[in-house]
Amino acid sequence: MNAPAYNFAYLDEQTKRMIRRAILKAIAIPGYQVPFAGREMPMPYGWGTGGVQVTAAILGPDDVLKVIDQGSDDTTNAVSIRQFLKKTADVETTTRTSEATVIQTRHRIPETTLTENQVLVYQVPIPEPLRFLEPRETETRRMHAHEDYGLMHVKLYEDIARHGHIATTYAYPVKVDGRYVTDPSPTPKFDNPKMNNCAALQLFGAGREKRIYAIPPYTQVVSLDFEDYPFEPSRTDETCALCGADQTFLDEVIIDDKGGRMFVCSDTDFCETNRANTSRDAPWAAAGARGHV
Amino acid sequence: MSDRVTHLDCEEPLLVAEGLTKFYGPRMGCRDVSFELYEGEVLAIVGESGSGKSTLLQLLSSQLEADAGHVLYRMRDGVTRNLAKLDEAERRFLFRTDWGFVHQDAAQGLRMSVSAGANVGERLMAVGQRHYGNIRQSAAQWLERVEIDTARIDDAPRTFSGGMRQRLQIARNLVTEPRLVFMDEPTGGLDVSVQARLLDLLNRLVHELGLAVVIVTHDLGVARLLSHRMLVMKDGRAIETGLTDQVLDDPREPYTQLLVSSILPA
Repeated sequence: MNAPAYNFAYLDEQTKRMIRRAILKAIAIPGYQVPFAGREMPMPYGWGTGGVQVTAAILGPDDVLKVIDQGSDDTTNAVSIRQFLKKTADVETTTRTSEATVIQTRHRIPETTLTENQVLVYQVPIPEPLRFLEPRETETRRMHAHEDYGLMHVKLYEDIARHGHIATTYAYPVKVDGRYVTDPSPTPKFDNPKMNNCAALQLFGAGREKRIYAIPPYTQVVSLDFEDYPFEPSRTDETCALCGADQTFLDEVIIDDKGGRMFVCSDTDFCETNRANTSRDAPWAAAGARGHV
Repeated sequence: MSDRVTHLDCEEPLLVAEGLTKFYGPRMGCRDVSFELYEGEVLAIVGESGSGKSTLLQLLSSQLEADAGHVLYRMRDGVTRNLAKLDEAERRFLFRTDWGFVHQDAAQGLRMSVSAGANVGERLMAVGQRHYGNIRQSAAQWLERVEIDTARIDDAPRTFSGGMRQRLQIARNLVTEPRLVFMDEPTGGLDVSVQARLLDLLNRLVHELGLAVVIVTHDLGVARLLSHRMLVMKDGRAIETGLTDQVLDDPREPYTQLLVSSILPA
């Protein structure tokens, strides 16, 4: 299975050393975006080239890899990246969050609480939280340097003025370790509280913009807000039609062309485990009984 | 005029310019300009286009680095410091707290796509205010003070008229109660009645708040209405300074005489 033409985990050792140095620097300055010499990967930008490079650089032969896309183990992006690293590194892969040592993710943090011996690698499209407020890179760097973050609150102010509440629902800006304002990648803000004081190391790789940043284990991560409009992790007021969970982040699934829909856990591993534990066997009947069909 | 003289009770000048010089390659932007500005004093810098007015304003507000000379500023803690020696963080802080800068083109001084309320509130948020209700209340109060209907608080300034934009820009600058405001042709491009209203408003605010103002204008009428003292510039040099009425009514330099006599009779 292991293609001999490739080095372990695709990247050559020099590249890995370079990426590891960037990762170490990122860990030393929590939330700070470290530039790195991102390589071309055999997949298009936007498909997780940053995350894959970070994963390839930290992966060892004994690691167990899990890859999720929007919480799911079985979508194209997740399957492709998992197979890619299986092929080039021949590491063990899993869909079980609790068994994995390295989890690469796009747009979700697993529902299962992460532990100290796990690393969560995020795929990041746009690492700069100030980008849509200030287009100039030279200026955003200066703003980070001077902790000049008033503009971030201007955006939240606008949200409240227009919608009556903070309407940002994903990529909700956080302040890491009381210093750097950081983009948590486009995870739903439901996941933001999981980043705070997390036992696992969190690494962020942005391939197109060639930036790596990190949140070390047990680091304070605060979602920005106003005193009179505190941060609220949003959640659909439904339960999962498959496993019955009422505390998880749900996907809305259209199931016919008559407006029928159902809500299911976006974290497929959590949903399956939960179903096994509670021995719910007829999810479709359950969905029907809830009136979503 | 006598009620306008406010600097007598404060002995230390707020801002001192000494020998300010700036070259653009071989061309001279401004040469050897010196003056003192006291708290609550309005200084008009007048002269024709290309005389170095805007260069001088940028030197004073440390947006440009002077080739020679320096600017001293008395900070809020009472210590007078050389602006060139401040680090960038201090300079940025000064800019968003103790200073204001009113641009001729309001689009340069405003965020055109965010609401009027957020435009006024930005400085408050930048200095750490985190209570939406309070920020919004301050913004509403300032809109009222600059005669903008508070019902427009959630409208973006791109929906505002030229005069309203200019007034909004003034509110945005004054919300942190600065002591010194730089103005670059604040009435340029506005029609005469709107100009009159804006000048009226500026006059009132300057007196209420005891602001020190450096205002660049080529309109001698603006200078006469607003300023206590005048500095006339020609070819990058300050050729004449003095009390506004004195310079305008009894100009000494031939160039100033020409400038004054070129005003169309009302």
